[in-house]
Parts: sequence; structure tokens; C-alpha cells
Amino acid sequence: MNQIKTMFAQHPLFQDFSEEELEFLATCASAEQLDAGRILFQEAQEARHFYLIREGDIALELRHPKRGVITIQTLHAGDALGWSWLFPPYSWHFDARAMSHVHLLAFDAEKVRERLEQDNSLGYRLMKRFASLMLERLQATRLQVLDLYGTPS
Amino acid sequence: MEPLHSTSQVPMLPMQPEPYRIERVHKDTGDTFTLELKPAAGNAGFAFKPGQFNMLYVFGVGEIPISISGDPEDTASLIHTTREVGTVTRAMRALKQADVLGIRGPFGSSWPVLEAKDQDIVLVAGGIGLAPLRPALYHVMNHRSDYGKVVLLYGARTPEDILYKKELAQWRSKFDLDVFVTVDRATGNWQGNVGFVTQLIKRAPFEARNTTAMICGPEVMMRFTAQELIKRGVAKEQVFVSMERNMKCGIGLCGHCQYGPHFICKDGPVFSYAEIAWLLNLWEV
Repeated sequence: MNQIKTMFAQHPLFQDFSEEELEFLATCASAEQLDAGRILFQEAQEARHFYLIREGDIALELRHPKRGVITIQTLHAGDALGWSWLFPPYSWHFDARAMSHVHLLAFDAEKVRERLEQDNSLGYRLMKRFASLMLERLQATRLQVLDLYGTPS
Repeated sequence: MEPLHSTSQVPMLPMQPEPYRIERVHKDTGDTFTLELKPAAGNAGFAFKPGQFNMLYVFGVGEIPISISGDPEDTASLIHTTREVGTVTRAMRALKQADVLGIRGPFGSSWPVLEAKDQDIVLVAGGIGLAPLRPALYHVMNHRSDYGKVVLLYGARTPEDILYKKELAQWRSKFDLDVFVTVDRATGNWQGNVGFVTQLIKRAPFEARNTTAMICGPEVMMRFTAQELIKRGVAKEQVFVSMERNMKCGIGLCGHCQYGPHFICKDGPVFSYAEIAWLLNLWEV
């Protein structure tokens, strides 16, 4: 358990969390590996976990009937992956595929959610961290869709 | 306040174009191309500082400012990369080997490559902004032992729009240079990063408190990139941007490129973010 805890205790998502809170989260976490090309989750599947990427790269993808698979964003070592587990109906909005051999920490979403419902202090702090993460990704996505490098009309 | 970057020195005859012959035209992407030029009279090479620009004159069509994108230590030829966007660049694109252009310059301030000695160097380029930054990278790599970690972060629109592909591959293979490339939109078999260039900053290997950052790209990209670098801990006085306006005379006389209290052609194009951050957020300047 301690070994798992050391894998995420320093991550900004859990900064300033108490020892007890980190130990609880460690009971929800498991180390996983994924070979390059394998699918971690697919759109519309139940979001049973959220992840911290320890090594490797993950592509978030969308399947388009005419354009095939479109990569929307890539995530890398140190990034948190997934917030669909926080909001009903708890299902993924995109596919996630390993671009290289990936080492992950997977957190049991249901177990974490149950604790957050009971412990509103922890719930609020973790929600704030995820909100901050979502804001950062939203800002980057806004810039990405602006097509800033395109030829000015 | 003293500027935090190297200021410009006006050439001897700043309004007189010198004829330069095109040695080679290279198509970089669908809409960008590189010209390799040599003095038509066969005289000595062209000295410039990284970040400076020239005024390029297509006879009978017009004159435009273009940053110099070659190696400042290789003065035998003059390199300019530009994008085909208007009347002059369209005419320029149609020129061929042995055709002649008029050149005035070099003009403007330069990237602070000398002032940044012993520091980590972070170069952040967006789109064609890689071209004006390339001379700074050449300088740093020519004097590699003078600097700490060197990182190039480059964002392009699509994989097809990536500039200097061969050179990027060479730079990637170096052990003393970290290169990260990302695209806004993945196409074809692209297996690299997808996302805006600001997303690369948090995982780039540099010591923020001992870093000089140089940014070149669209103004919105530079603004958000500067903010992200400062958030990571880089001092705003150590963040430099290259501004672009409608430069005409090149020596601060005509006023076309006035930007608040500055003339971009004379006081810039390279500015410290600390100097101009207040201007970047004004609606009209």
C-alpha cells in the first residue's frame, strides 16, 4: 500500500492532502500497464476509474464516420486522465488509446465517490483540483480550436 | 527603463536596397518557402543578430519586412523563410533561382542570446514563428557549453504545416537539446503530441528560476505562452517576445509600426515581456 502511495502522494492533484486521506486513496488505487496501441477505455463505456499517467503517452480519440479516428489531445507522464467519473451518467466521452507502453495508476471511481459524498471537505478539495485541471484543459482547447497559425484571411 | 534585450543599430545606408541574387528557393510547406540569397555584386557576407529582420523588395511590386532565419555565424548567404499571404509574398514565391531582390537591413533588436549565458534556454515557437527563432537556436547550439538546458517547444497547425522537418529531426537526435513538437489538429498517421503549444510547458525540462525564454508566434499565442511560463516560475523580465506590425522604413521614422511608446522596427521586434505586457492587453494600440 505504501508503495502505491509513494507513486501519487507528490502529485499536484493531491497536494496538501492528509496522511489519512492519502492512505485511503492508496486503498482505491492499483498500478496498471498497457501496451502501445491498446485501448484503455471507449466512448460511452462506464467511467469506473480515473488515472494518473506515470510513464508513456495516451491519445484521446473520437471516431468519425467519414474521417476515421481523430486524435483530440494527447496526455503524458504526470497528467491526470478522466473526469467523467465525477458526473452522472459516469460514462466516457472519448476513447483513450496508449500511444506507447504506458504505466498508470487507476483509482476506483465508485469507492472514491462514496468517500467524497461522506467527507465534504475532502470532496471540495478534490473537486477544486479537478476543476482547475478542467479549466487548464479548456483554455488550451480554446486556443487549439482558434486555428491561430492558419493563414489570415 | 533600459531595455532588457539587445537594441538595434541602424545600417550605414538604411534606405538604399542592395541587390541580392536568389541562389535557391525551397518549398517548406504548402504555403511557406525559404529563399537563400547572395549579394549580386559578389561582395562580402551579411552580418546580423538573431531576431533581426530585413526589408525585402520585389521590384515593381513592393517591400515587406521578413525576419532572418539563417545561422548568424554563416554570413556567406542570407536566409529568409516566409509565408505566401499577400501581393508581395505571392510575387516573391514566383521568383526563381538567379532572380534579384532588393534588401535593406538588418534592422531591429535581437534575441538576448549573449545576456542569457549560463541560463537554461526555452524557445517557444508557433507556426511560422519558428523561422525568426531559428537563428537564436543556431547561436545557442554553436556555443552550447555557454548555456544550461536548451528546450525547443514548437506548435504547428497540422503535421503538414511543420517547418524545417529535416532539421527538427536532426535537433531531436541531439542529446543536449530537448525538442517537443505538437499540432493543433492531427492528420494522417501523426503519432506525436496533439494540443496547443502551451500544454508542453509544464513537462519541459528546465529550471524556471534560471531560464531565459524566447517566444515567437501569433500575438495571442505569445500572450498565453508568456503567462504559462511565468506561472511555472520564469521571471517576466526573462521572457522575450517578437512583435509584428506594419513596418515600412525600418528605422523609426515613418511611424507605421508604432506600438504605444515604441516603434517595432527600431525598439523591437524583440521585447522583454516585462516591457510590453501592459500593451498586449489593450484593445487598441
